[in-house]
Amino acid sequence: MLSVRDLDLYYGDAQALAGVSLDVPAGELVALVGANGAGKSSLIRAIAGMELPRAGTIRFRDQDVTGKDSHTTANLGIGQVAEGRQVFPSLTVEDNLEVGALLPRARRKMKATMQEVFALFPRLAERRRQTAGTMSGGEQQMLAIGRCLMGLPDLIMLDEPSLGLAPLVVSELLRTIRLLNEGKGISILLVEQNVAASLKLAKHAYVLENGRIVMQGRGEDLLHDDRVRQAYLGL
Amino acid sequence: MPALPYVANAVISGTLTGIVYGLMALGLSAIFGVVRQVNFAHGELMTLAMYGAVGAFQGLALDPFLTMIAAAMVFGVFGYVLQRGFLNRFIHRPEHLRMLLMIALAIIIGNGLLLAFGPDARSVQTSYQLDSFELGPLLVDKVRVYAAIAAVVATALLAAFFRLTLTGKAIRACADNPIGARVAGLPVAHLYAVTFGLGAASVAVAGCAMVQLIDVTPGLGPGYTLLAFVIVIVGGLGSMVGALLGGLAIGVSEALAGLLITPSAKSMVSFGLLVVLLLVRPQGLMGPGRR
Repeated sequence: MLSVRDLDLYYGDAQALAGVSLDVPAGELVALVGANGAGKSSLIRAIAGMELPRAGTIRFRDQDVTGKDSHTTANLGIGQVAEGRQVFPSLTVEDNLEVGALLPRARRKMKATMQEVFALFPRLAERRRQTAGTMSGGEQQMLAIGRCLMGLPDLIMLDEPSLGLAPLVVSELLRTIRLLNEGKGISILLVEQNVAASLKLAKHAYVLENGRIVMQGRGEDLLHDDRVRQAYLGL
Repeated sequence: MPALPYVANAVISGTLTGIVYGLMALGLSAIFGVVRQVNFAHGELMTLAMYGAVGAFQGLALDPFLTMIAAAMVFGVFGYVLQRGFLNRFIHRPEHLRMLLMIALAIIIGNGLLLAFGPDARSVQTSYQLDSFELGPLLVDKVRVYAAIAAVVATALLAAFFRLTLTGKAIRACADNPIGARVAGLPVAHLYAVTFGLGAASVAVAGCAMVQLIDVTPGLGPGYTLLAFVIVIVGGLGSMVGALLGGLAIGVSEALAGLLITPSAKSMVSFGLLVVLLLVRPQGLMGPGRR
């Protein structure tokens, strides 16, 4: 579904990504782990069309999307739940969701999709008239995922969705991600600081270090790999 | 101290003018809040609309309040095309470059007007130009009332657009969180252009209203750009209600200064008001309290 080949990304002279190749097959959940500053968010932003890579290609469903803007990629079905949630704080929950459907592919199905989102997150339905900025971190994360679903994505890239959330909320969130993947068949690229949990969840996983993919394999295998355990699990 | 009816008259006429100021400033505020670009050509766009109204009146005998509707559409389209086809290319350039670009546009429009119409003041002389409504001791200019009504209607339409339509909500989303707007895949280039179009349309409506209140000269632009900016700062950046209140505050203070001190002290008072406000309430009347 998504296939990234030899991607180079620079911020000025600083190289953020070096020859990154990665695949997310249709219907699978792929994890991307790595330390802070390894380039995980840069990779997501490049795929979404928010950064322009210097070299390499990004293909989505056999279409070259390298350098396409984020409106184009979103309309092709690449959804994104960004780091820090990035909701619209002064808009109501309902307006946040509606705006998420402002894509030609999703606009006509707005009402129906919103009902699905409300069924998935009843809390959002309760707070539909409340402004997003007044909600808790966990609720805002639900809203960020809900807004992304409003665009009817075939692939969702989630960037550190559990950051700053209480443990109970995190496990609920991970259950939701699993549901989206297994229940709704949405492909997922999950970037998590919560390495153990995301490796357990993922069929396939990549380890990113200093802008390079240094390891990849089955999530289960990486979880038992000594180097991964030492570097990311503190064991 | 002048007698009370004079003061009341000044307050009423200042309020009515202030409503038109508010609409003018609203355009600047929307463009700044969403596109993050100070439209230094704002006053020039208004001047352009005023010349349009003068031309339509002299050539076609069109009342400026009718020209207003056409002007809003023409300027809306012009603003959209300008932003979409030209200004959007500069979005990621450094701020000072974008500022210079807008100043350049302003100078080009101002000089173009001078070239086309010469330096002399022009005006529209409608049949009701000098009529007024009499309310006891109060005399209110008809044109000022009509201008204010037109501005209120335009403002209400704008507010309804931003509150009720999906595009309007998306524009507010862009102002609220530009990164979030890109994350959600919003058509940012289009939304910026719509915003500039709306800003240009509102300043065009304000211009067609203003042409009944003051004479137009090619050099009118910079003063009104600055005035719009002062109003937006006084009212609070990013707040529509703030822009209107700011317009009212400036309109009334100008009128009172004209009456109580001398008409040439108008700007002194409005800028004095700005300085005081920056000291005591830096976020403006309706600006967000958070830092």
